[in-house]
Amino acid sequence: MFEFLSKLFSGGQSKEAAKERLQLVLIHDRNDIAPEKLEALKIDMVKLLKKYLDIDENGIDMNLERRNRSVALVANIPIKSSQRPVRGRKKNA
Amino acid sequence: MDCRIIVITSGKGGVGKTTTTANLAVALANEGYKVVAVDGDVGLRNLDVIMGLENRIVYTLVDVVEGTCRLNQAMIRDKRINNLYMIPTAQSRTKDAVTSEQMIEICRQLRKEFDYVLIDSPAGIEAGFRNASAGADEALVVTTPEVSAVRDADRIIGLLESMEKAPISLIINRIKPQMVKRGDMLAVQDVLDILAVDLIGTIPDDESVVTSSNKGEPLTFSNGSEASQAFLNIAKRICGNEVPFMDLSGNQKGFFSSIRRLFGK
Repeated sequence: MFEFLSKLFSGGQSKEAAKERLQLVLIHDRNDIAPEKLEALKIDMVKLLKKYLDIDENGIDMNLERRNRSVALVANIPIKSSQRPVRGRKKNA
Repeated sequence: MDCRIIVITSGKGGVGKTTTTANLAVALANEGYKVVAVDGDVGLRNLDVIMGLENRIVYTLVDVVEGTCRLNQAMIRDKRINNLYMIPTAQSRTKDAVTSEQMIEICRQLRKEFDYVLIDSPAGIEAGFRNASAGADEALVVTTPEVSAVRDADRIIGLLESMEKAPISLIINRIKPQMVKRGDMLAVQDVLDILAVDLIGTIPDDESVVTSSNKGEPLTFSNGSEASQAFLNIAKRICGNEVPFMDLSGNQKGFFSSIRRLFGK
């Protein structure tokens, strides 16, 4: 009985931990993007976003993050001002 | 037959690349093929001592590429078995002593003369590994059922794929059936689920591997131990034979029943 209990509470089944940790670490490894690549992605994304929004380029924070059982590209992109350019004027006035 | 050039690699060090190279070289020669084992680990020469041929080295692979000797002068013939040769590398040089191009050229020459060329790759993913693998057609990836070794195997499989080596087959070394049974070691299927690559061999943790390396006699010279049988089985599978995998789940009753299972009785 004691043997059974000690087995239940101490040793055994550490392979599940190994498996889970491996799966997580490999998701990250396999999706690993070189810093230069991430930087290039950032530049392209800024270009695209600027067409639609006035964003603060220096405040951009972008990274691959591990969350629970998956990896996500998390980007924090501050928008500079909510002020619209003056509207209703004649073009090329 | 057409020559097959196979690199034995792992990413992580100390998982059994050199032992695997030596034992498979002997086992393939035992199957009647003409085999050469090449030490691709410049600067950390070890294949010679594992095979017990360290006292017979005159020239090395580096001497060949530098033109000091001809290729067949660097080949050491193993007197214990027919058709087995070993090409040592230099101990007092660095990884860049043999370039990828030079390795490809050496493999081209060996291809004309041998049925199997086995190249023992250094650990790591840098130049040493790339140079050792450059001339190979196929790859055997050795791992152990541990997180770090499996992770590195995953990395190396990706690199080998990008180098267009095929087939890439997996050997899982140092399995402890009793630990697998109580759930304290990754089982063969766990590793396969994670790596998604073809399995070609499973090798139990076996003390005789240590004693054989002490003596410089690869296990496959004699057919006594479980590990020896595992290597002989892998050699047969490399040759295209279907051999059932050893049961290393810890459920077999003893050594003899596992051997019996091997022969399908």
